[in-house]
Amino acid sequence: MAESDTLGDLNRRNFLIKVTSVVGGAGAVAACLPFVASMNPSSDVLAKATTEFDLSGMNPGDMRTVAWQGKPVFILRRTQEQIKEMEASDGGLDPEPDQKRAKQPEWLVVVGVCTHMGCVPNKEGPGWTCHCHGSQYDDSGRVTRGPAPKNLEVPPYRFIAADKIIIGEA
Amino acid sequence: MKNRIIKWIDQRFPLTSFVKHELTGYPTPRNLSYWWNFGFLAGFVLMLQVATGIFLAMHYKADVALSFDSIQHIMRDVNYGWLLRFMHSTGASAFFLVIYIHMARTLYYGSYRAPRELMWWSGQGLLLLLMATAFMGYLLPWGQMSFWGATVITNLFRATPFIGEQVVIWLRGDYTVGDATLTRFFALHYLFPFLIIGAVVVHLVALHTVKSSNPSGIDLAAKDNIPFHPYFTIKDLYGLGIFLIVYCSFVFFLPNSLIEPANNIPANPMVTPNHIVPEWYFLPFYAILRSVPNMVGGVVAMGLSVMMFAFMPFLDRSCIPGGAQYRPVFRVQFYLFFLDMLVLGYIGYIPPTSQSILIGQVATLCYFGSFFLIPFISKAEERWLIKRGLPPDVEALIASEAREKSKLPQRRRREDIA
Repeated sequence: MAESDTLGDLNRRNFLIKVTSVVGGAGAVAACLPFVASMNPSSDVLAKATTEFDLSGMNPGDMRTVAWQGKPVFILRRTQEQIKEMEASDGGLDPEPDQKRAKQPEWLVVVGVCTHMGCVPNKEGPGWTCHCHGSQYDDSGRVTRGPAPKNLEVPPYRFIAADKIIIGEA
Repeated sequence: MKNRIIKWIDQRFPLTSFVKHELTGYPTPRNLSYWWNFGFLAGFVLMLQVATGIFLAMHYKADVALSFDSIQHIMRDVNYGWLLRFMHSTGASAFFLVIYIHMARTLYYGSYRAPRELMWWSGQGLLLLLMATAFMGYLLPWGQMSFWGATVITNLFRATPFIGEQVVIWLRGDYTVGDATLTRFFALHYLFPFLIIGAVVVHLVALHTVKSSNPSGIDLAAKDNIPFHPYFTIKDLYGLGIFLIVYCSFVFFLPNSLIEPANNIPANPMVTPNHIVPEWYFLPFYAILRSVPNMVGGVVAMGLSVMMFAFMPFLDRSCIPGGAQYRPVFRVQFYLFFLDMLVLGYIGYIPPTSQSILIGQVATLCYFGSFFLIPFISKAEERWLIKRGLPPDVEALIASEAREKSKLPQRRRREDIA
């Protein structure tokens, strides 16, 4: 092909411009990925992904707060009355049976972060009360009074021994 | 829809006319060579340094107890932290390389002469800002070289008359380089790039007033200017591709070749490394500092050696266009000066011996001598060239451009704007 033909072939030119732009654009986007990825949790943060907790030493009615991924997790050893009461109802605003929320009825494990605006509720009387905006939760962590829209989240956890749980792994 | 949005904006902000006048339609001499790519490349590296720097600052800690470890944290734990850091550390070298080539081009082609003095001086200001930024950034990893480099350079201010000691303590905020120094260097290292961006705007406004110089050194008439887009956007992008190949080979294959091994040892104020050297881009100036046996004299000589370039518009008294292109004596001077810079750089790198100090002193004399001789040599060379005459094609080009410019000034102005 003579040079004049090559230069005059507009289709060829447009094709080359498009292909070059696509390759260049893809390269520019790919170059942005490391910048975006660098803002994700670094490996030392990811190392905090699971927390182990020893349940021995907790009496019925006791509550402990443990940090999991920097968030408070409430672990409540419930009394027989509490269990009975909770299994009797489905909660209030976000109905859910208690059996679904506790792997073993005696132990309730919930993330202690109010589902409304992220404050930490206080253990008061039966259940929890969030003092930021007045939401209330029962002893299954289910919301009984708004404005919180949802029950306290149950984190992934499992029993690795009779009296030991690991939070962060289902 | 797109047209309506643009129209809406144009009634309130000169978007279309600005883009057309300053970017796409900006008249550019058609004979620019690849040496004219380096201004764009410098702008690109500036953006790269700002971007990587901001993302590094999200993970860095400016505290003597934490900063060294936070660099290791970036290198090992942060996703792609190694890449961001190597891009930033290599980017510093790339920035100086690009700027030095940009300056060498200006010197070679005599682009600093009227009417581009302000471009040259704003560029000189940018060089000083860049040096300050690079120097302060170098302290942040808090390695041995960081610490002792900052110690030596802040000590230079002891040469201040009468209040030298106080100035050094004020700069450091401490009796030695310490936590206060590190924190303020970090704050200023983050600030200075924005001052640089401001100075770049001044540099570009000046450029768009006087327009680009060109290898012929003759101000071209409108007919020899072509729009910046697509001719020079594509030329700049091609140059960028070549630049990125070189840059990426360093980032991915030789990143540590630009980092002194001693900087992988945490700063220790009690022990100085046996051989401290600055980064390669400061070596010639460092050699000049070491060559002067007197402390104050050395500091003054080093400061002057950086500032000498600013005097070029006054020192070069020749009116022959095209810089070294059409000036054989100036060309020889240019290459000798370049060679002298290499010698100084090498002398700055090796540990001082009595022999290397002597070579350094001779090279320092040559460095300043070549500036001081320029007024005489350039004048004599101009006389000789006028007597001998320029090559006929150059004479013809000058004549035709002058003819083109003398006719219909109003029409030419309209063409320049269009």
